Amino acid sequence: MKPLFTRGPSPESRLIALGILSIALFAVSYYTDWFQSTRERLFDVVAPLYWITGAPERVGDWAGEQFRSREELLEENDRLKRRVLLLEHRSQLLAAVKAENTQLKELMNSAEMVDDRVLVAQIIGVSPDPLEHVLLIDKGRNDGIDVGTPVMDAGGLLGQVIEAGDSFSRILLITDSSHAIPVQVLRNSMRAVAEGTGDLYRLKLRHLANTSDIREGDILLSSGLGGRFPAGYPVGEVMSVTRDPGKPFAEAEVLPRGRMNRSRFVLAVIGDRGRGLASK
Amino acid sequence: MQASNRWFIAVTIFLSMLLVVMPLPQQWLWFRPAFPALLIIFWVSRMPQTLGVGFAWLVGILEDLVTGATLGTHALALAVLAYFSLLTYQRTRAFNPAQQLLWVFVLVGINQVVGNWVHGLEGKTVPGLTFLWPALTTALLWPCVAPPLLRVCARLHIR
Repeated sequence: MKPLFTRGPSPESRLIALGILSIALFAVSYYTDWFQSTRERLFDVVAPLYWITGAPERVGDWAGEQFRSREELLEENDRLKRRVLLLEHRSQLLAAVKAENTQLKELMNSAEMVDDRVLVAQIIGVSPDPLEHVLLIDKGRNDGIDVGTPVMDAGGLLGQVIEAGDSFSRILLITDSSHAIPVQVLRNSMRAVAEGTGDLYRLKLRHLANTSDIREGDILLSSGLGGRFPAGYPVGEVMSVTRDPGKPFAEAEVLPRGRMNRSRFVLAVIGDRGRGLASK
Repeated sequence: MQASNRWFIAVTIFLSMLLVVMPLPQQWLWFRPAFPALLIIFWVSRMPQTLGVGFAWLVGILEDLVTGATLGTHALALAVLAYFSLLTYQRTRAFNPAQQLLWVFVLVGINQVVGNWVHGLEGKTVPGLTFLWPALTTALLWPCVAPPLLRVCARLHIR
């Protein structure tokens, strides 16, 4: 056997050097964003790993699609056609309302509402860390996505982009325990901040005044304050309100409207950057 | 080290990275074995002359990039793990399977403690000893992974 420690420094000194280096790396990436652009570039290299591990599921889906009977497809087609008709009808009504709204805003000399451009993206993976709620999608800077781009599904807001590679990006969900989003109650426009809890089915409103007018079943919309999320997108529904007279603040639990765990396709809201606030 | 050895090690590391990001149901995420840690223990005790703390650190950086963790988290944990495997590889080679299993649990446990410490710095708290679950699953996986891998190594003349 070769003598063990003839080459280079001993394991102890290596460990100490690399330990210090790791802590330095950690501190730099925690307190600054110097590594952000490098990470984003490398992210495009590692994202295909997620794509590969998701392949069996996609093959299963594909096979499921292929082996469906003609009757099922016809029935689904029929259902979808009826739904499109319904939605078209609704969007026509909305167009009239929107035109009227724009007119009124012009009368009030406020900034014009800009149409949000929306991009459909597919979820290719989920972060393996159980302590964070992060999704990966197959669209990136090449498609117009940037850090901070809000992402939603058919139900409501899902989260925002925290890392945008050229063709893949990472989304932090609003239920992540490090996330908070400014919201307002649809019924009376009362403002609050909805914090993530680390639970996929729960957001929390903290520091509500004990006398605040909020009750079970209230719908929460994004308020557009903070300029990150555009205003008026559905966030969640109030499940319960706890008013304890012994405590200075009331708390409310909110069920997110976006289906954090089940969406396959998501919508990235591009365009309209930073104008959500101005238009209010 | 021969080129073929390097290739084989790279392939195993690549496979472990795939397993790290493999989609699992939300409630099973805590039980995912620490595949890179398992491989670090295996390779470091197999080739202590060539692979050591630096190798483990690089694998850790790779894992940080792949999982999107704060840079340095897994690197630090795996470097510590490699250091302890280097200290003890002469003894662990003589261990019987049950002892090995227990020792892998301790090593991966150290790895998890370091990782959990960094998580704590970031403000992500974990209830109780939940963070030790991967150590248990990794230890249980050890007898299923190490002997077959050893046989493949013998066939490929990796030493």
